[in-house]
Amino acid sequence: MPQVDDVMIEAERLSKTFGNFVAVRDVSLRVKAGGVLALLGPNGAGKTTTVRMLSGILVPTSGRARIAGLDVVKDSAAIRSRVGVLSELPGLYLRSTAREYLDFFGSVYGLSKADRQARITELMTRFEMSEVLDRRLSEFSKGMKQKLALIRTMLHDPEVLLLDEPTSAMDPQSARLVHDTLLQLRDQRRGIILCTHNLVEAEMMADHIAIIRRGQIVAEGSPAELKAQLLGKPLMEVRFTQPLNGTLHALHERLEVESHGETWMRYWSSDPVSDNPRLLHWLSEQKVDVVTLSEVPRSLEEVYLRVVEQPIGQGS
Amino acid sequence: MAAITAKRSTVQATRISWFSGMGMIVRRELRDTFRDWRMITPIVLLTLFFPVLMTWTAGVAQTFVDRFGTPLIAERLIPFLMLIVGFFPMSFSLVIALEAFVGERERKSLEPLLSTPLTDGQLYVGKMIASLVPALMAAFLGIGVYLTGLFVFRGYLPPPILLIQVLALTTMEGVVMVSGAVVVSTHATSVRAANLLASFIIIPMALLVQVEAILLFQAIYDAMWGIVLVLIVVALILIRMGVQLFNREELLGREIDSINLRGVFRRAGQYFVAVEPGEARTHFNPIGLYRYHVPAMLRRTKNAILTIMVALVVASVVAWVWGSQFSLPPGTLNFSNLNSDSFNNVTVGLLPSFSWPAVWWNNIRAVLLYFVTGLFSFGSIAVVLIIVPIAPAAFVAGLIGNTGFNPIVFLAAFILPHGIFELPAVIIGAAAALRLGAALLQRSSTLSVGEGWWLALVDFVKLLIFVVIPLLLIAAIFEVHVTPRIVCAVYGCGG
Repeated sequence: MPQVDDVMIEAERLSKTFGNFVAVRDVSLRVKAGGVLALLGPNGAGKTTTVRMLSGILVPTSGRARIAGLDVVKDSAAIRSRVGVLSELPGLYLRSTAREYLDFFGSVYGLSKADRQARITELMTRFEMSEVLDRRLSEFSKGMKQKLALIRTMLHDPEVLLLDEPTSAMDPQSARLVHDTLLQLRDQRRGIILCTHNLVEAEMMADHIAIIRRGQIVAEGSPAELKAQLLGKPLMEVRFTQPLNGTLHALHERLEVESHGETWMRYWSSDPVSDNPRLLHWLSEQKVDVVTLSEVPRSLEEVYLRVVEQPIGQGS
Repeated sequence: MAAITAKRSTVQATRISWFSGMGMIVRRELRDTFRDWRMITPIVLLTLFFPVLMTWTAGVAQTFVDRFGTPLIAERLIPFLMLIVGFFPMSFSLVIALEAFVGERERKSLEPLLSTPLTDGQLYVGKMIASLVPALMAAFLGIGVYLTGLFVFRGYLPPPILLIQVLALTTMEGVVMVSGAVVVSTHATSVRAANLLASFIIIPMALLVQVEAILLFQAIYDAMWGIVLVLIVVALILIRMGVQLFNREELLGREIDSINLRGVFRRAGQYFVAVEPGEARTHFNPIGLYRYHVPAMLRRTKNAILTIMVALVVASVVAWVWGSQFSLPPGTLNFSNLNSDSFNNVTVGLLPSFSWPAVWWNNIRAVLLYFVTGLFSFGSIAVVLIIVPIAPAAFVAGLIGNTGFNPIVFLAAFILPHGIFELPAVIIGAAAALRLGAALLQRSSTLSVGEGWWLALVDFVKLLIFVVIPLLLIAAIFEVHVTPRIVCAVYGCGG
């Protein structure tokens, strides 16, 4: 088994130029085994080009990248056999059946006939597609096609998965299946990069987020770090059983109050771990009963919009 | 970075051989083709119905011309129809190839394939074979049906050599169309765009069939081997181009086929003012041009320069040796009869007068001719054109040597004074033209084929302006004003 700190995906100052157009500029990222990186960004930001370089399809103009210890330029063929790439569009052979399609890709990846059959059965069953195994792909719905493309990506059990919008065309139930499978793969210590516009999915799946804009990474960190960086200190909300009356003034002196009502108050806290117990203790001394104390949820969407709307050069 | 210590995969993947991988592509593509009724219906019709029609046509034609006592026409028509019976289904290889290459790209199913460990070569060859096989099968089957009909109803069997020629021609026409289709496919992102570009393949092939028809009616059967040879050369060039163009970088780097003239000219402008492609404007001043730009361009052109020089040396040695086989009758060559007017009267060919502007313009025109012909011949005609004036000079030197004169002195007097400037200029000009023509056949690690072609064009223009034209000017002045004096000084001008 790999060591705990195995780096599965590592890119250093990766750049790609097409003629005069700089598609990706100085992108550096790192994904450890068991890590999921969500690569967010507007259309045309450079996500697909980055993925193509990491999967050994495009040669970087400058910089270097290693996948599972292999160089993306020198060992591109070896990398392609160890990486599973899901492109934005499924791109299936519509005259084939699902079985023929998967069998072809399985053989291209060098799987034996027995392995191919076993993997096809296993994955089609997992994604609740076993009944359509011998149906022509032209008869598949959009979501089924996407699931099949994802099965193709996972067919050779790759160590690294580079997934572009894996659930964009799926119904919630199918998307849940995919999420569960990806989390399972994460637990099996695969390295995963997820390009998505679904920010809820990104927040749920990823332990690290990079926002790419005009070819450059403009913000990165864990969801919590990004929120702290871009949205400021966590906002806490406390609700009481009765109106505050006289205690409100004292609270204003102790906390950075953002707003308040008759029976509630919101305050900023740079260190909730020590601030919150202290507040509860003080309220208890003041005989003020507390109903709830919780952090006001702040979405990744707020972070993302703040990053992509600010002028270039003013990244976090 | 920690080493990856173990493969976690539960699946044991084995490395597949080159042929095995290529075979997988062939099988998949063929299965797809044979499931498409739009492909199969016309192929079946052309394989079974059309040859029967042609058999009937041949019979009718033979009966008709027999009435006029001209059986020769029918005899000549039969092999031509055999060629047509083979060519029609073969033309489907073009459609299948466009579908296999650009169709897959249009349906976005190419990227999953490019993400696999298959090499560019496996994909290219696999798709080429898969495009050729159905059409080739149909063509051969069609010819078989046609000949069977002729044998059964007319008792005719073609001479084996003619049959081999037609089969070879049909096969090579298919290879050329398919390899051409790959080149077309890489410049198109939709089947529609590819079909428009396919005219560049269909029109020459249609013209070729007409040439073949003339040759068959004239019964110049040996010339058919010449066409087979030309088709082999064209196919090799197109395959070479295809191998360069059909790669992941080119296929995924080119996703829009609209014309961006502004972008093209901006890039050409950047190449013009930079020493190396991709750099900003550097050393673009009179000193910097000759110190940095010209050496860099010559470095980029060095392989073409070497090719031109090898071709020149080989041609000159052959011409010299050949010339030295002959000798002129005594007294034919008398250099003492030369006078200053001998040079002024040199107004042969394209040279209107023996003045330095005329000589200068004539030589510039020659280099421009290298450029124009090189564009259409992958640079090969530029190599031939530079040999044309130089090899005869070597032939004459050999001839003179065998006539009793010192050929080295002859060359030193007649060629060397201006040749010191003229030869490097025309060699550089021809080499730049050769590089430009051949740019479509090669791809560097840093530039796409298109970028490489533009760089070669810009280098040709820069070398022409800053090296070739100035050197030719000096050469022309020397040729008109210095060379005649040296010739007179060496041989003594009697007049």
